[in-house]
Amino acid sequence: MNLFSDRKYVISAIFITLVSIFLIRIFYIQVLDNSYKLAANDNALRHKIEYPERGVIYDRNGKILVYNEAAYDLMVIPKRVKKIDTLDLCKILEITKEEFITRLKKLKAQKFSSFRPEIFENEISLETYATLQEKMMKFPGFFVQARTLRKYPLKTAPHALGYVGEVDKKLMESNPYYRMGDNIGLSGVEKSYEIPLRGQRGVKIVMVDVYNREKGSFEDGRYDTASVLGRSLTSSIDADLQEYGEKLMQNKIGAVVAIEPATGEILAMLSSPTYDPNLLVGRLKKKNYPIMVMDTTKPLYNRATMAKYPPGSTFKLVNALIGQQEGVINESTLFSCSRGFHFGGLTVGCHPHASPVNLKFSITTSCNSYYCNTFKNILQKYPKTAIGFKVWRDHVMSFGLGKKFPVDLPQESSGNVPTIKYYDKYHGAGRWNAITVISLAIGQGEMGVTPLQMANFCTVIANRGWYYAPHVIKKVEGGKIDTTYTKKRYTTVGRAYFDPVVEGMRNVVIAGTGRIAQLDSLTVCGKTGTAQNPHGKDHSIFICFAPMDKPKIALAVYVENAGFGATWAAPIASLMMEKYLRREVKRPEMEKRIMDANLLPKKSDWIAKKTKG
Amino acid sequence: MANRSSEAVLQNIDWVLVLLYLVLVTMGWFNIYAAVYNEEYKSIFDTSQSYGMQLVWIVTSLFIAFAILVIDGEFFPKFAYVLYGAFIFLLIVVIFAGVEVKGSKSWIGVGGFRIQPAEFAKFATNLAIAKYLSNINIKFEKLSTKLIAAALFAVPALIIILQNETGSALVYASFILVLYREGLSGNILVMGLVMVLLFIAALLVDEGVLSIILAVIAGCSFFFIRFKLNNALIVGGILLASVAFVYTVDYAFVNVLEPHQKKRINVLLGKEVDLKGAGYNVNQSMIAIGSGGLIGKGYLNGTQTKYNYVPEQSTDFIFCTVGEEWGFVGSTIVLGLFVLLLLRLIFLAERQRSTFSRIYGYGLASIIFFHLAINIGMTIGLAPVVGIPLPFFSYGGSSLWSFTILTFIFVRLDAYRFQILR
Repeated sequence: MNLFSDRKYVISAIFITLVSIFLIRIFYIQVLDNSYKLAANDNALRHKIEYPERGVIYDRNGKILVYNEAAYDLMVIPKRVKKIDTLDLCKILEITKEEFITRLKKLKAQKFSSFRPEIFENEISLETYATLQEKMMKFPGFFVQARTLRKYPLKTAPHALGYVGEVDKKLMESNPYYRMGDNIGLSGVEKSYEIPLRGQRGVKIVMVDVYNREKGSFEDGRYDTASVLGRSLTSSIDADLQEYGEKLMQNKIGAVVAIEPATGEILAMLSSPTYDPNLLVGRLKKKNYPIMVMDTTKPLYNRATMAKYPPGSTFKLVNALIGQQEGVINESTLFSCSRGFHFGGLTVGCHPHASPVNLKFSITTSCNSYYCNTFKNILQKYPKTAIGFKVWRDHVMSFGLGKKFPVDLPQESSGNVPTIKYYDKYHGAGRWNAITVISLAIGQGEMGVTPLQMANFCTVIANRGWYYAPHVIKKVEGGKIDTTYTKKRYTTVGRAYFDPVVEGMRNVVIAGTGRIAQLDSLTVCGKTGTAQNPHGKDHSIFICFAPMDKPKIALAVYVENAGFGATWAAPIASLMMEKYLRREVKRPEMEKRIMDANLLPKKSDWIAKKTKG
Repeated sequence: MANRSSEAVLQNIDWVLVLLYLVLVTMGWFNIYAAVYNEEYKSIFDTSQSYGMQLVWIVTSLFIAFAILVIDGEFFPKFAYVLYGAFIFLLIVVIFAGVEVKGSKSWIGVGGFRIQPAEFAKFATNLAIAKYLSNINIKFEKLSTKLIAAALFAVPALIIILQNETGSALVYASFILVLYREGLSGNILVMGLVMVLLFIAALLVDEGVLSIILAVIAGCSFFFIRFKLNNALIVGGILLASVAFVYTVDYAFVNVLEPHQKKRINVLLGKEVDLKGAGYNVNQSMIAIGSGGLIGKGYLNGTQTKYNYVPEQSTDFIFCTVGEEWGFVGSTIVLGLFVLLLLRLIFLAERQRSTFSRIYGYGLASIIFFHLAINIGMTIGLAPVVGIPLPFFSYGGSSLWSFTILTFIFVRLDAYRFQILR
């Protein structure tokens, strides 16, 4: 035989060795390493997301506050773009050729497949869309994709409704439901009712080829889920009242809240300056949001639920009720007033009026002295100031003050009812007494109350002792509202003590500080307030409800830096009551005076106005 | 007379080899169908699609195979040089008159078809080397013999490089194994392996550092061999040659290789990540194979190959379809069949009485092995992307015809073995 025939073994060994190495490698990538399977799915499976339409929001009378409008994005599959008439397309889109080229280049340079559709221009206008549709055949690689945007036909109640926006990275990490590009409610009802409003996204898994062409559903749709439509909401807001209030409050800073006492439903909630909610939709939001955030008048800030204002004289009503409950005053208790309350070196001034004063008259004429005495007596009834203060504070809190209700809106301030701890820290424990904190008697000092809380304690008085937590949504399609809003809450003040207070409020409108609020035959009850403001002109405040029996509406109006409560807040409240209860306003002169008034700080200009369109 | 002789041929052919051939070709055809599966053209016989065309190539291959079997056994050794000369001539003609396909000028148009002479030159070269080395007057020990044998495969290889078909040219290196079987020193194989390792090392490690490492290894070798002047000179010589080689590789890599070749090598070595360019093919190929799992996704269910994620999936990357749809089990079966084929060829080669037939047999086995090594290695990221087909499997007339001719000449030679007394 041949000399080298043993070498057949070496050659066989080489063959077998190499094939063995291959098999080991193949075993590794096929069986041990999972990453290739994932990469394969990433290649060939597309999760097509079906976005359900977001729920529509209606006002209490069935008027649409928010609905969805179709928007069109011009999409491009970069690799599919063939020789096209670039200039023609640029002309339609109103962009320069250079801009077109850089955008396309940027999309092509992305690490994803160039066969993936990308947004070339978002939210093209309807006219652009129409022109494009006709010429679409001429632009291979481009197509139009429809989606929806929020639309506010009445341009009203932006603070209550809130806005939606794209989810950010942080949100995506904390909530796995959301994905890049998803919309989510970011404020207002849009945020607090996000889950019913958004519905449930559906996912369809389709197989695609390397050119991104669909090739049918994956495993006959075994892993697909159907989308669930967003549920519609019915708001308690009365759109007509809301819009009217916004008109009255134009060029003023402040807030108005109106509540239906029997239900706790918020009829109107407005914070001024307001803005057109359509300005914060889609690509307009990118432009407008930063401008509005920077504006000194803070149009995005919901003063109705967020601003802590001193309640001023309106708070005297609360002290009148607590005083009676604590037995330190009754209907016939008299206090004298000689231009104010004097104690040692301290004087709390008052305007000139008849003296002495009883309970009803103290409300009608808003006597400071009466309430300083009452407050002092409440606290001094107990052996120690701290004990008396705690009793007083607990009563105050039972009116819904100093804490969140909570309302069904995401942004809400708890207001401020000062604590013993606070005064102990400020003055030293045991080193303060009723006189030290006497300004609480007349709603000044450290007291901070939101307009919503103010409207609510007006509601408590209208109801003679109870309230429902105020809310802006009264019905969720196919569901119930939270039990928070169906539970009756009582104050710690007895029913009987309310009657003299209500009568006093009635007198305010008939013969007292709030006569301007009188509305023909309606039994309006109200209370003015003028809160001292260390930074400028006093704030004008008015709370009221009507009719006196079986009240249908309770209101709180707060106008910053406007002066007396009777001058601005009272007529605004009165006009709004007329609008709500009569559906028609027959006092054109008063209406005109209010609407034309510009109470904005001189320097400030409502910049967002410039951003419209 | 001719009748009797052809009957004898049919009795004496190695049916195991023929069966392996038929099984591989059939599997190839089914996998091509899966790779380019098109719902609009569901029939596997549809000649407007490549699977239909492959059937045409298979049927014609069978005719060619039959034709080879009826040719007289003496024909091949007799006309070896003539065929070799003719193909060398054809290869040169292609450089000037060829059709350019995908950057390589290696095709000539014949009627409506294109054929690639480089594919067919393999069998002619195999015949010529077998003819040369089987000459009784030839002494293999002589250096001139080795050089002439090497020249016989180096010449077509060089011409093919000129056609820009580096991949096909590389295949001719497989004849080294044939020479080894005929008595070439085993050191040449070891040297070849060392050179490959040094080549990789030179590209991965700084040449200065590598030189120091090599010097240390040389120093350490004296723990195993006695320190004598003679030994020291040999070790020193090897060291010097290695270092020189390392620097040459570095220089050649920078100055000689084409940019795309450099990139492919860098990607393979993991020095560059380029999933959209040079690394795209291999990455997609590995995704397709890797996603197959143990038993695969099932016939016609491979998303990666069916939806064209893998380029060249019916030709050079046909193994992806096997890996994806048949999994590790299928891959093992296919590779196992190839090993069986190779071992069968060695067995058959060794039983030849004629040196010519034995050398031809080894040549055939080496060519198939080399194709297998490069092609499969490429699909699983172990070899650079060199466009050479998987024998019997890949789509393409030239390739299938070429391997059919190569194989059936050997089947004919084997069947003829009893009539040769030498």
